[in-house]
Amino acid sequence: MAVCIAVIAKENYPLYIRSVATQNELKFHYTVHTSLDVVEEKISSVGKALGDQRELYLGLLYPTEDYKMFRKLHNSFTDVMCNPFYNPGDPIQSKAFNGVVSGMMVQTG
Amino acid sequence: MAHEAPFQLLHSELIHYICKTADGENGRSVTKLENMGFRVGQGLIERLTKDTARFKDELDVMKFICKDFWTCVFKKQIDNLRTNHQGIYVLQDNKFLLLSHMSAGKQYLEHAPKYLAFTCGLVRGALSNMGVKSIVTAEVSVMPACKTLNVESEMIYLTFDLGLKFLLRL
Repeated sequence: MAVCIAVIAKENYPLYIRSVATQNELKFHYTVHTSLDVVEEKISSVGKALGDQRELYLGLLYPTEDYKMFRKLHNSFTDVMCNPFYNPGDPIQSKAFNGVVSGMMVQTG
Repeated sequence: MAHEAPFQLLHSELIHYICKTADGENGRSVTKLENMGFRVGQGLIERLTKDTARFKDELDVMKFICKDFWTCVFKKQIDNLRTNHQGIYVLQDNKFLLLSHMSAGKQYLEHAPKYLAFTCGLVRGALSNMGVKSIVTAEVSVMPACKTLNVESEMIYLTFDLGLKFLLRL
């Protein structure tokens, strides 16, 4: 169950960002931004390793994350990319993508 | 993509349509075709690389294009890949699907650029979504063999000579 989900473009700006409605939303956005540094670190250290399926995932940043969640998100993102009406680089506004993300967010009352 | 014919026919019709609706401006139809190929390449590469491992380097990326990508689109692999290890790659296809029904020699050579534009865009789009900025050009000397040159560069522009040269410069 996720509390905040973000899709970041190649150029390091967010294509899609959504979090559970709480008072600390800004804090989540900051966390996403700082996690980009961790991602970059992992990418540069992975250069010499053997090709491996899970490398797409880059491993858990925190122990509570779920690999299946990443796959679902990636599949959903691929579908968005293949939509001819979507221009790469635009914010993601697809209802189907929203649906998948809602399914993954923590349910609060 | 079970059979090549639908794609070939659609591609021919696409070229015919674009060239018909751009009567006065000859150079622009080739650019339009290339841009369409670019967008298609972007989506296609996302689908194809969903389950593949992260690529170690540029050469790995090019090998993927030559094998899996080319097989998916054209039902065969690239016949020859050469590189100068400094950003220029030459992909050679001796029986390019989209030209094979046109001629078996030098006839219709002058019409070849239109038929290569979409494919150049396709490769450029695929590379772009894998993080490789490039310029793709194609060259035909004898139908239906076709060479695609990829070069990495900071500038992205496409020049079309009537000599049927596509050049990618990075």
